Amino acid sequence: MFENITCIKIGMSSCGVAAGAEELYQQLSAVIKEKKLPVELKKVGCLGICYAEPLIEVKTGDNPAVIYRNVNIETALEILENKIPSELVIDEDLEIKNQKRIVLKNCGKIDPEKIEDYIQNKGYQAIKKAILELKEEKIIEEIKKSGLRGRGGAGYPTWLKWKATKEVISLNNDGKFVICNGDEGDPGAYMDRSILEGDPHSVIEGMMIAGFATGAAKGFFYIRAEYPLAVDRVQKAIDQCYDRNLLGEKIHGSDFNFDLEIRLGAGAFVCGEETALISSIEGKRGYPRPRPPFPSIKGLWDKPTVINNVETLANTPYIILNGGDEYAKTGTDKSKGTKVFALTGKVKKPGLIEVPMGTTLRTVIEEIGGGIQGNKKFKAVQTGGPSGGIIPEKYLDTPISYESLQELGSIMGSGGMIVMDEDDCAVDIAKFFTKFCVDESCGKCAPCRIGTIQTLKILEKLTNGEGAPEDIDKLKTICHSMEKASLCGLGQTAPKPVLSSIRYFEDEYLEHIKEKTCRAGKCSFLKQESVEK
Amino acid sequence: MTFYTPIPDELKEYIDKWKLKKGSLIMILRSVQDYYGYVPKKICFSLAKELKAPLARIYEVLTFYNYFKTESPGKYKIAVCMGTACYLKGAAAIIKAIEDKLDIKESQATKDGLFSLENVRCIGCCGIAPNMRINEKIYGKLNKERVSEILDEYINLNAGVSSSQEPPIL
Amino acid sequence: MINAIINGIQIQVEQGTTILDAAKKANIKIPTLCKHPDLDPTAACGICIVKIKGSDKMARSCCTEIEEGMDITTHDAEITAIRRTVLELILSNHPNACLTCIRNQNCELQSIAAEFGIAEEPFEKILSEEKIDESIKTIVLEPEKCIKCGRCVQACQDMQNVWALSFVNRGIKTKIAPAAEFKLAESPCVSCGQCSAYCPVGSIYEYDETSTVWNALNDPSKYCVAQIAPAVRVAIGESFGMESGELATGKLYSLLKRMGFKAVFDTNFGADVTIVEEATEFVKRLRGGEGILPLISSCCPGWVDFMEKFHSDMIPNFSTCKSPHEILATLAKTYYAQKTNIPASDIFMASIMPCIAKKFEVHRSKEMYASGNQDVDVSITTRELVKMIKQTGIDFAALTDSEPDHILADYSGGGTIFGVTGGVMEAGLRTINYLITGKNLEKFDLKDVRGLKGVKEADIRIGEHDLKVAVAHGLGNVEYLMNKIRAARETGQNPPYHFIEAMACPGGCIGGGGQPRNVNDAVRNLRINGLYADDKNCKHRNCHDNPQIKQLYKEFLGEPGGTKSQELLHLYYRKREEYKSYRETDFLF
Ligand SMILES: Cc1cc2nc3c(=O)[nH]c(=O)nc-3n(C[C@H](O)[C@H](O)[C@H](O)COP(=O)(O)O)c2cc1C
Ligand code: SF4
Ligand code: SF4
Ligand code: SF4
Ligand code: SF4
Ligand code: SF4
Ligand code: SF4
Ligand code: SF4
Ligand code: FES
Ligand code: FES
Ligand code: FES
Ligand code: FES
Repeated sequence: MFENITCIKIGMSSCGVAAGAEELYQQLSAVIKEKKLPVELKKVGCLGICYAEPLIEVKTGDNPAVIYRNVNIETALEILENKIPSELVIDEDLEIKNQKRIVLKNCGKIDPEKIEDYIQNKGYQAIKKAILELKEEKIIEEIKKSGLRGRGGAGYPTWLKWKATKEVISLNNDGKFVICNGDEGDPGAYMDRSILEGDPHSVIEGMMIAGFATGAAKGFFYIRAEYPLAVDRVQKAIDQCYDRNLLGEKIHGSDFNFDLEIRLGAGAFVCGEETALISSIEGKRGYPRPRPPFPSIKGLWDKPTVINNVETLANTPYIILNGGDEYAKTGTDKSKGTKVFALTGKVKKPGLIEVPMGTTLRTVIEEIGGGIQGNKKFKAVQTGGPSGGIIPEKYLDTPISYESLQELGSIMGSGGMIVMDEDDCAVDIAKFFTKFCVDESCGKCAPCRIGTIQTLKILEKLTNGEGAPEDIDKLKTICHSMEKASLCGLGQTAPKPVLSSIRYFEDEYLEHIKEKTCRAGKCSFLKQESVEK
Repeated sequence: MTFYTPIPDELKEYIDKWKLKKGSLIMILRSVQDYYGYVPKKICFSLAKELKAPLARIYEVLTFYNYFKTESPGKYKIAVCMGTACYLKGAAAIIKAIEDKLDIKESQATKDGLFSLENVRCIGCCGIAPNMRINEKIYGKLNKERVSEILDEYINLNAGVSSSQEPPIL
Repeated sequence: MINAIINGIQIQVEQGTTILDAAKKANIKIPTLCKHPDLDPTAACGICIVKIKGSDKMARSCCTEIEEGMDITTHDAEITAIRRTVLELILSNHPNACLTCIRNQNCELQSIAAEFGIAEEPFEKILSEEKIDESIKTIVLEPEKCIKCGRCVQACQDMQNVWALSFVNRGIKTKIAPAAEFKLAESPCVSCGQCSAYCPVGSIYEYDETSTVWNALNDPSKYCVAQIAPAVRVAIGESFGMESGELATGKLYSLLKRMGFKAVFDTNFGADVTIVEEATEFVKRLRGGEGILPLISSCCPGWVDFMEKFHSDMIPNFSTCKSPHEILATLAKTYYAQKTNIPASDIFMASIMPCIAKKFEVHRSKEMYASGNQDVDVSITTRELVKMIKQTGIDFAALTDSEPDHILADYSGGGTIFGVTGGVMEAGLRTINYLITGKNLEKFDLKDVRGLKGVKEADIRIGEHDLKVAVAHGLGNVEYLMNKIRAARETGQNPPYHFIEAMACPGGCIGGGGQPRNVNDAVRNLRINGLYADDKNCKHRNCHDNPQIKQLYKEFLGEPGGTKSQELLHLYYRKREEYKSYRETDFLF
């Protein structure tokens, strides 16, 4: 009994904790202490298998580790006693089949609160190589070769951004900044949170690389208000870096100085937009600014500023260590590498996944997500959140890339992927996202401030059974003007959920208008009517 | 000044540290909210003096961000996630269940000040949707029954405790 | 130089030019709503969008700099359709209240809606439920009409540094308001009125007191008199098709008489008195008498209000002279009343001012009642007078000149330049020179203190004194000077200046908050030139040389700065709170 078990890892991301991992950890550690077991109990980040939380990974002797799902203290004790509840064993190979882990390679494997764990896994080798071997141009060259594009949504080539900032001549390096965009406001997405909670050092290292390459000596983490655990872990990671002189002055004995500081959001989706984020770090209302000038030239406090998404940055240590060419082997022609998705909604196995670019939507939803739960029929998948669109069944074989999703009227977005089934109503979903944009519009510019609420009014009419035939045209007219005349990406993309649902589900819109019915049974008028009948 | 209220030492220490940094207003307001549970008007006056910033500067920021509250919330702040994943998995019904059970509406607090209810956007645990958060603790995979049980736990915890257990309000 | 193409037309413009301005060069007018030529773009409306070849997005022309080789389309069917939809959206969030709106026929939103020929309202009306705020009785805030262009915020925060107004809330709930649910009267607002001068619509405007004037004119028991401020005469013509800066003094005299005023005075006369008093005060302080240096001018009530709220430590430096219209009004209800045997209580004094702050000044403290009655009964703005003129049916531009009532109207060049930034300083120095040296300056024009630079400094030698003076306009700039003085004081240094002129409005009163709108520096300069030309043409350039002034002191006041002037023409200051509860009024009675 107990003899072989050497190490137990518990997934302790926010969601793991929410599912009961914290209690489990307390209870298990009490048992281990009481019985003086030679077992190392390790807190790790997200394992990516959300549907099965709480999760533990058990290592016995030299055997491969085994992951158990839906563990509670009773089952955990059974496991300790080597009574393996086989129905709880997760086939890890099956889970990561079709996946490729570059960004998430440490997530769920290492203790994010221990810098040693990160360093043991080649951590902080990339920045050392960057400083001592590559120098600035070569770094940007490698990033260029890798084909890495921004994972925050728009997919702008990362090297171009860095190059622009690098080339602004600045008398002292205090004059440039690196910002990590950890705002992750897209509802239904948690990739960045998971990375920050599960492997914060990889992002810090990415920021250092960006700082060194562009000549910035100061970096800011901008993290969403709602992510206390991520903030905590990142702060711990930063402190550890300072203790080891990985941050601060003369890093790796060079002339490179780099400081990092966390700034918190305060609940505004628009602050994920880079210029609004800058306003927010400056302590102001999160109003976007006209671009150009772009932040890479004139950003934080008017200084050249690189802003990258968490995942973008987390990719860069790998690229520096393994070379841009190696990275570019994965992916499609124009979209290289992997993409992390938060697969949620009506799939059997929601989770945090990382797949090579070019993987089809079908593979993600059916293979990795296990298909639709409860024997329902697939209806559509939403990517890009409120800035994206919904994609119907007939395009499921589309390989995922920035361009392909755009062609379908959606966007890659930051990685939220929400699956809908036949119980979900296209009009209702459009209304849901529009409501979100009404609440989150900063209000600075008229097309978005008023356009979103007028769109919502019309959609509400439709779902209340008061729609008129001209409403669809009205929606299109408003949406078109918002796309073209809104100041920032929020207003420019807010129409996407509406337009894409009209594009693929116009018949449902017409049903709502003409027949006053909702085939999904979601819309309120129907229920009222049927009661009356 | 008519409206001047001293800032508690603990807060003052934090503010003194942050006010030297550029662009720190949001961080400072967060610390005020963490301390009081909301951002009281009187403290804003003191803050304006302390930071040598116009009151309007503080308010324009305060009212822009959702995180900041200008009214005192309940002892237990229930935040139901209305992000996409949770919405699809029935968050609306969760809100309804809480409203019915506590006899309040969204953005309201119960009469005894024990609970307040709001809806929030994604709290990042979509994998176990639908979710809610009570103060710092997140609850996932909710349904009506679980919600009821969870609320009962809090109610029982407070049975007998006088309801006037207020946070340190001015 | 940048080469680019706009609607197929090759253009060449300087680097840094916006697409909007570049288009003007090609004689193309891109419609705008939120952009004001005098302010930084706020990018709020989205009407000014254009297409740039190679981009599928549209750019805002008001804030996008043109780049080499750009190929821009400013008008096509798609762009126009989008602009129209945006406009329809804006109108859906705006009441249809033109007929009863203060900005009817003078409204940027109304004009653009007319230009686009908006014929129907496709969208549901969504109106704000915010109440009108008339609490301060100088400016009015009518939030329902606000289009959130942000101009007032820029004026109040960046230009004036008062921060009475700001954006509150976000999204569709965004509103312009004072902080923390305060009413304007409880806020730091100093009534400079700059916000109202920039507002494109009827959302912020002057508290309308034209009916008070009409009622007085219709009241047979009232002996109505009026006075016009220097800056009014070079701006009012703009509303009647005249050039900016064109002098309309004689027309104004004729007009006011036609309107029924029994006597018409000129505030410039009051300015001459102010200078004589203030110069005397200065020389006393310079010679080590009572009071400290620098002496700071006090003739701008917006600035006085600002000082009392934010810079009350400067009270000892403040000149105690009242502003010219208050001086003139006091004299009208004492000196003039005596001479004409009209009971002061029957006299109704209307000030025609470029200024909104004066609406507050006229009852700010007990010194404003020095004659025993409220000295100025009502202060209306240039814009209000324009409205009244339109109601009278008088063709203003066609009026012939006439004369004022000379007793309180003849003025010197020094009096008329009160209306421009630097004017008080220049007029003051002319008289100070006389008081110190006993001689008049040979060269009257003091170029160093003229012009639109925000802060102007000059070293001037008068007699054995090397005087350092500074002039600031726009409260942001004024504050800069105050901080400089304070810094010197705190570090125990000598004060950096001897004499300071401060005006709340950019450009001084010619750019006042109550003047005709659409001001930018070009317009300001024209108005300024108008007043300097008036100065040049005056028989007397020095305030103290005005024969009427000499007579006034001889017959009535006695010595400048003497007991009688102290009693009638000076005032005192007190510290006031930036924010106050509406109920705790600190009115000095
Ligand atoms: C409304 C809006 C919200 C956004 N939210 C995020 C976000 O939460 N996280 C993010 O990384 N980028 C977000 N972006 C994109 C950023 O503006 C920016 O493009 C990105 O941070 C750049 O990083 P990348 O090049 O690494 O993608 C958002 C953009 C818009 C318009
Ligand atoms: S994202 Fe999924 S796997 Fe990761 S911690 Fe959250 S629920 Fe667990
Ligand atoms: S598009 Fe919307 S979010 Fe963006 S600036 Fe305009 S109002 Fe604000
Ligand atoms: S503000 Fe302009 S558009 Fe609005 S009601 Fe007044 S005049 Fe009409
Ligand atoms: S414009 Fe039309 S609505 Fe207005 S007054 Fe004239 S006729 Fe009447
Ligand atoms: S009148 Fe002047 S101080 Fe008052 S709100 Fe307007 S701009 Fe600000
Ligand atoms: S009040 Fe006037 S100037 Fe201010 S934002 Fe509204 S419309 Fe613009
Ligand atoms: S500068 Fe002139 S118009 Fe402006 S507030 Fe002062 S006195 Fe009035
Ligand atoms: S650490 Fe949780 S997502 Fe990987
Ligand atoms: S709107 Fe809900 S199903 Fe149609
Ligand atoms: S949508 Fe509810 S946690 Fe993300
Ligand atoms: S004029 Fe350019 S956005 Fe309004």
